[in-house]
Amino acid sequence: MIRFEGVTKRYADTSGTDRGDGSVAVDDLTLEAPTGKITVLVGPSGCGKTTTLRMVNRMITPTSGTISIDGRDTASLDVAELRRGIGYVIQHAGLFPHRTVLDNVTTVPRLLGTDKRTARSRAMELIERVGLDPAMARRYPAQLSGGQQQRVGVARALAADPPVMLMDEPFSAVDPVVREQLQNEFLRLQSDLGKTILFVTHDIDEAVKLGDQVAVLRVGGVLAQLDSPAKLLADPVDDFVAGFVGRDRGYRALSFAAAPELSLTDEPTVALGASADDVRAIGTPWVLCVGDAGEPLGWVRAAAVESEVTRTVLHRGGTVASTTGSLRALLDAALSSPSGRGVVADDDGRLVGTVRAAEVIAAIEARRDAVASSTPAEEATAR
Amino acid sequence: MSLATIWDWFTDPANWQGTDGVPHRVLEHLFYTVLTLLIALVIAVPLGAWVGHSGRLRWLVTGANAARAVPTLGLLFAVSMFVGPLIQSDLAFVIPSITVLVLLAIPPLLSGTYAGIDSVEPAARDAARGMGMTGWQVLTKVEAPIALPLFLSGLRSATLQVIATATIAASVSLGGLGRYLIDGLASRDYVQMVCGSILVAVLALVADGILALLEKRAVSPGISGRATRVARSRARNSDPHPEPDLDGADRSDTGPRQPAVVGSGSTGPVEATAATGTPSERDRP
Ligand SMILES: Nc1ncnc2c1ncn2[C@@H]1O[C@H](COP(=O)(O)OP(=O)(O)OP(=O)(O)O)[C@@H](O)[C@H]1O
Ligand SMILES: [Mg+2]
Repeated sequence: MIRFEGVTKRYADTSGTDRGDGSVAVDDLTLEAPTGKITVLVGPSGCGKTTTLRMVNRMITPTSGTISIDGRDTASLDVAELRRGIGYVIQHAGLFPHRTVLDNVTTVPRLLGTDKRTARSRAMELIERVGLDPAMARRYPAQLSGGQQQRVGVARALAADPPVMLMDEPFSAVDPVVREQLQNEFLRLQSDLGKTILFVTHDIDEAVKLGDQVAVLRVGGVLAQLDSPAKLLADPVDDFVAGFVGRDRGYRALSFAAAPELSLTDEPTVALGASADDVRAIGTPWVLCVGDAGEPLGWVRAAAVESEVTRTVLHRGGTVASTTGSLRALLDAALSSPSGRGVVADDDGRLVGTVRAAEVIAAIEARRDAVASSTPAEEATAR
Repeated sequence: MSLATIWDWFTDPANWQGTDGVPHRVLEHLFYTVLTLLIALVIAVPLGAWVGHSGRLRWLVTGANAARAVPTLGLLFAVSMFVGPLIQSDLAFVIPSITVLVLLAIPPLLSGTYAGIDSVEPAARDAARGMGMTGWQVLTKVEAPIALPLFLSGLRSATLQVIATATIAASVSLGGLGRYLIDGLASRDYVQMVCGSILVAVLALVADGILALLEKRAVSPGISGRATRVARSRARNSDPHPEPDLDGADRSDTGPRQPAVVGSGSTGPVEATAATGTPSERDRP
């Protein structure tokens, strides 16, 4: 557990003019990052996120207040030792250009005195674990793409198996597709490792996706709200937080609601190669086509089939929701389907049935009524 | 004078023996050079590293470069006149000569070291500290290896200049290859002068070659840009799936980063590199 108690950081006024007490980057912050959980610090640029993070490993010294890790005041520890015990992923990776990927990853274990062979074999494991090809271990950072460098940065921070990780916008320098991939892998990794993580981002979507709890900071380094992502989206404490979490938060909040047991409608289907007559015999303008294993392939417009159903006539715009997915995915499947009927599949990808947007909305409203009568604690664990 | 007379001079056994023979003169010359470089390194490296690390007193680097404008020979006589009366031995000539040569060697070493340390990305330095390296570890494990190529090109530049200029020692009656020039001039033995010049040039080339080899061995391929070229040619020639090194390749295309030219820098590491052409630069497409 990382605990901030009344932590303030005031930078000396460097402009030289007499403006009083200098600029406050973090203002009387009290915060707890629970063991084994991801705590995300989010806020607009310049609100003191990096400053907060770097005070934990004493890259920055707080002006006042104390920071403790598992009850030990960090100020009382040897600074190099403290840092070796904390995984630190800095923005843009900050890899050592003169060292191979492998030697970058073994940095901290080597500082801690682990012998080279042990350090290297563990590093190889980690390199694979973060989704890199083991052949890349021999490369130099200049030979990697931005996304690969960030993975190496994460592997390097994990190398000495520190219980605590500090991550400063680790996924910011990559395109949205790679970022999503990195985020998913990160969540998978964390579900195995259970580190205590303090994670900085300025992207509220990333915060909501990754955080077990999210701390929203406002400029001046004041903590505006600390809550679970669901609570944050459902119940922002003030206009600043509301504005920051964004406009479509009602819709996004559905990500945190598990899909309820809905009575799905059986959908008549056709297979690839079905004749135009077969398709028209079903009698609806849009007909669902499934593959051999019963997996939905796409919608077919009956009027558009000339001789038989081929892959080229399939409409692929509709998303497929999973029975174990979220309400958001369910609603999206219904909204994106050309027939208005959202396709639902089981975990193995086999078609289960379809659902209409109105039915999902009804389920959302039923859930809201249920939440209104439950306690906040129950709601947090409902995630 | 013809090539034949030069050939005769070099093949005359008399020119390879005694205190006036080639081996002895070369050793003397190397002695002045090595002594000069050692003293200059002791002064310039810590200073350059500190300026590069702290970013303070950058004018020292600029000032040292500007000081090169002082004519070396004039300075030698000035120092000799000042030191000569104080000391009653050979040192009266050695000290001024070495002093002048050290002053010549310091600027390229200083700006090479400074530019090398200055070229370390703040993010790499920050990561090193953040992972728990001590200040000394940051310097030796991160900053020094990254600074190495620029430092070495400064060293090469300094070595070339000192070898070429150490001939002046002879003008204050010391030894070294300069003797052939001074004595040749005095006795109008132009063959001897030409041969002395050739020896200086050969010595300089050999020294530079050795340093170039050292550079190739000691500098990490991750910095010199060698690694990226290998990966790219591999991707071009055989690999059916071109390696995703686009990002890195672009960046490393600039090869070893050139030092920020400080002040006049007329003979700084940049020129040294350009003049000698490091292997990594020549074979770049
Ligand atoms: N060394 C420094 N000296 C003076 N002021 C500083 C220093 N470092 C940061 N600040 C100020 O402190 C405030 C917080 O900076 P910080 O880097 O923590 O912001 P941030 O939330 O990480 O922003 P970003 O999202 O842009 O990275 C800013 O107003 C910044 O200008
Ligand atoms: Mg920041």
